[in-house]
Amino acid sequence: MILVLALLVGALYAVGTYLLLQRTLTRVVIGLAIMGHGANLLLLLAGGRAGRAPIVDGPGAGPFADPLPQALALTAIVITFGITAFLLALAYRSWLLRSDDEVEDDVEDRRIARLVRRHEENDS
Amino acid sequence: MRALIALPVVLPLLAAGVSLALHRRPAVQRALSVVVLGATLVASVALLVTVERSGVAAVQVGGWPAPIGITLVADLFAAIMLVISTVMVLAVLVYAIGHPRTRDHGLFFHPLYLILATGVAASFLTGDLFNLFVAFEVTLGASYVLITLGGSRDQVRSGMTYVVINLLASTLFVTAVGLVYAATGTVNMADLAGRVAELPAGVRQALGLLLLVVFGVKAAIFPLFFWLPDSYPTAPAPVTAIFAGLLTKVGVYAIIRTQTLLFPTDGSPSTLLLAIAGGTMVVGVLGAIAQNDVKRILSFHIISQIGYMVLGLGLFTVAGVAGAIFYIVHHIVVKTTLFLVGGLVEQSTGTGALSRLGGLLHRAPVVAGLFLLPALSLAGLPPFSGFVAKLALVQAGLAVEAHTIVAISLLVSLLTLFSMTKIWAGVFWGAPEEVPPLEAAAGDGRLSSPALMVAPTAALVVLSLVIAVAAAPLWDLSERAAATLVDPAPYVEAVLP
Repeated sequence: MILVLALLVGALYAVGTYLLLQRTLTRVVIGLAIMGHGANLLLLLAGGRAGRAPIVDGPGAGPFADPLPQALALTAIVITFGITAFLLALAYRSWLLRSDDEVEDDVEDRRIARLVRRHEENDS
Repeated sequence: MRALIALPVVLPLLAAGVSLALHRRPAVQRALSVVVLGATLVASVALLVTVERSGVAAVQVGGWPAPIGITLVADLFAAIMLVISTVMVLAVLVYAIGHPRTRDHGLFFHPLYLILATGVAASFLTGDLFNLFVAFEVTLGASYVLITLGGSRDQVRSGMTYVVINLLASTLFVTAVGLVYAATGTVNMADLAGRVAELPAGVRQALGLLLLVVFGVKAAIFPLFFWLPDSYPTAPAPVTAIFAGLLTKVGVYAIIRTQTLLFPTDGSPSTLLLAIAGGTMVVGVLGAIAQNDVKRILSFHIISQIGYMVLGLGLFTVAGVAGAIFYIVHHIVVKTTLFLVGGLVEQSTGTGALSRLGGLLHRAPVVAGLFLLPALSLAGLPPFSGFVAKLALVQAGLAVEAHTIVAISLLVSLLTLFSMTKIWAGVFWGAPEEVPPLEAAAGDGRLSSPALMVAPTAALVVLSLVIAVAAAPLWDLSERAAATLVDPAPYVEAVLP
């Protein structure tokens, strides 16, 4: 059981990383969201084996699941949710301004690209 | 006493809510921010005095006992950081009120700024790894909005990089917390100090490295700094100034806290940290030399300076860590001032590009003076605060015979001075008539800046001079703070009595 979940966490991280390396903003956002799911699942797994009762009725009712990782995961989910919403708004703004979903080069990249072009013109 | 620790977190947070409700009354909003941050400063100073007199103070918020409940701890290091950061927050707030561009975003600026102050204070005071994550997110959440405030094309582009990188680092942080909890069963830092030591060496190193990467992204250490010089310069001047002064230093604080408390070396210098320090210093300063814009040069300097702080930590001696603390205090003041001056230049001339500036020495002599003093201090020239800080680090380095890194740090100082002269020559020297006439210029060619922007900048310059003059007592304080970091027994005892 825990092996399946561990593999799932690994798969979520892998998919998230792959999407994060794309140049399209929407994929980056989705990649981050998937990776966040992986992290939250990992938090939950940190609480021990699956299958224990989440809530017990009164003292001495047997072993129960560690509540702390669940509380941590809840907090992390809320935070990731908020930031992802902001990121989506930002991506939408970027689309409105440029009508393009691709991540732009930064100032430094553009300078280097210009230099390369100038060298090529000089050579030819 | 118990309330005193919580006040720097609670005060600005409550005020942020009130500030949002007051969005129709900008004047009241501004007054509220100033008053509340002033009160926070008083509370921080009181906390520093208390901790200085009676040692590490801890409080369990909500009344749950230590390893389970939420712990706030103030040791000397945290208290020093809290005081200096609150001074910066207050000074930049006054500057922002005087800045014409922030007035346009008044509605959201003040609540966000207060939330940022909350997050920074919480990061310093928390005694719990997961709470550190929450405090980081509070800080970053506010910073995401502040850095894109205005929504121009350039801001959206660089803001996107900033958000994505930080969100990735935060996801890694959650991962690290999960793994730490799985390995030890606790996230309370004082509790962890003992439990991490019992782990197998491999697991311990993996956790230490993961946390170093997480905080390294926030602190912009080599090789995780690429996002910083791209995103900082696009924000409004006061926002860039407060980010430059505080945000990376919160990352450095977290590195120092976790590396000393959770992953201490057995008294020998850490080769990894020293290598990181060297790389950060050299690459940062080389980047600064290659730039042609005031804000971009200064942004690369932040990276280079982070290297010095990591250097002090990497030595893992009381003198080294004390040097790092002293350096952080000096750096926060000087760096914020330089960005504020950069903002003054931009505000009065409309640009920060070196090629389009010149002759400001004649047209704005006050601004030139305000730039020169912190610039020389940053380069480490005597008799300024930067000299004292670098001297302390060099002495600490020589004491453990780390000759290579000391030589690198001195070389980087020289290059820092060189890149500062580049700004000086480009912006302030030269004949004023060579540059195109500016709209903001008065009849005699002099440029004026709003008094509310100049006054806090001047106050911070004076503060950096005070640090140099009062170096002896401040060094004494740093040394005592470092002693608690290197031997964290009092910290652990205060949290888990």
